[in-house]
Amino acid sequence: MIPLQLKVNGEPVAAEIEPATLLVELLRDQLGLTGTHVGCDTSQCGCCVVHVDGVALKSCTLLAISAQGSDVVTIEGLATGATLHPMQKAFHECHALQCGYCTPGMIMSAVALLERNPDPNEAEVREGLEGNLCRCTGYHNIVRAVLAAAAEMRGG
Amino acid sequence: MYPFEYVRPASVEEAIGLRRADAGAQWLAGGMTLLPSMKLRLAAPSQLIDLTDVEGLDEWSIGDEHIVLGSMSSHRRVAEADEVRTRIQALSTVAAGIGDPQVRNRGTLGGSIANNDPAADYPAALLGLGATIRTSQREISADEFFKDFFETVLEDDELVVAVSFPVPRRAAYLKFRTPGSRYALVGVMVAETRDGVRVAVTGAGPGVYRATQLETALAEDFRPEALVGLDMSPDGLNADMHGSPEYRAHLTGVLARRATAQAIACEN
Repeated sequence: MIPLQLKVNGEPVAAEIEPATLLVELLRDQLGLTGTHVGCDTSQCGCCVVHVDGVALKSCTLLAISAQGSDVVTIEGLATGATLHPMQKAFHECHALQCGYCTPGMIMSAVALLERNPDPNEAEVREGLEGNLCRCTGYHNIVRAVLAAAAEMRGG
Repeated sequence: MYPFEYVRPASVEEAIGLRRADAGAQWLAGGMTLLPSMKLRLAAPSQLIDLTDVEGLDEWSIGDEHIVLGSMSSHRRVAEADEVRTRIQALSTVAAGIGDPQVRNRGTLGGSIANNDPAADYPAALLGLGATIRTSQREISADEFFKDFFETVLEDDELVVAVSFPVPRRAAYLKFRTPGSRYALVGVMVAETRDGVRVAVTGAGPGVYRATQLETALAEDFRPEALVGLDMSPDGLNADMHGSPEYRAHLTGVLARRATAQAIACEN
């Protein structure tokens, strides 16, 4: 077992883990943060995307020990109390989810996309979400939601 | 995954010492191939030597004739760097087209070339641009480095430190992607370097290779028209659910012509 210390959604976390523990396993099984989903478990689908030191990564393909000392943000860390993050609100308002399985990863990828490009066009949104698969929506409303959130976050 | 030990050395020397002490150990760079392979139990290293903290592996040296990129450079960093784009646009294109944004955030140059996946993009970039691989022991030309299916000339205790890319006169990389994996069904790097024309092909065969027939034609006349009518042989090319050898041979010619046109259109 290896001692691990990191921050998750702003809170310091200390855990004892096996080296083979994946970050998503730490989050879901040890910390009970089940908002981060496991879809394909092969880094294709993007359900498990979280931010590690501000960078969007697939937590099913990252050793938890690699996040030693890092600042991890999951879907649970986006809202402020009862106030949804603008991206969560836009997904809700634009009907950007059906079954909801891909949604946490989709939202985390979309937030990271806007941090790098606050004013993307539709093509840039689609390209930015290439690592996230959705089997319900056909993506159209997801793209609409990201564009709406971008406008709101720019204050437009 | 099978259990393994985990270590995080701070220097190249320390990393090599650890590797020599354990024949079952493997380097861990971005882990974008190694970790999925371990989850599938295709790989079962006794120890992972995480290279994240190894000093010097993320250093760059940018000149007018060469750019040298540390082996732990992420695809995203290479894709977004102005100093790369302004000197070797084709290299930015290669890095920007690997996997998806999250994979590019984590995957590394050194990891990609050491793995030498037969459909990976970077091997074509290194071979096409005539790059030199700097390891903990020596310098190796790309022509020698890539051997065969998932095989390079790297020794077990040899670590890729950096890659030196000569700035070409003009170059372009195009790939036809397999939509599911985003790997190249076929990818072609066409480059007019100071030492002549080079054409490297990935995805089509069991490993990256130079298309000498196309190089000869382009050396005489660097225009897409020079490649018209040159039928690529399907002998030895890959056959799988995504495409036949004949299809891959055809794609190689098509992509080489388009890459040539693009290299002419956006000369560095």
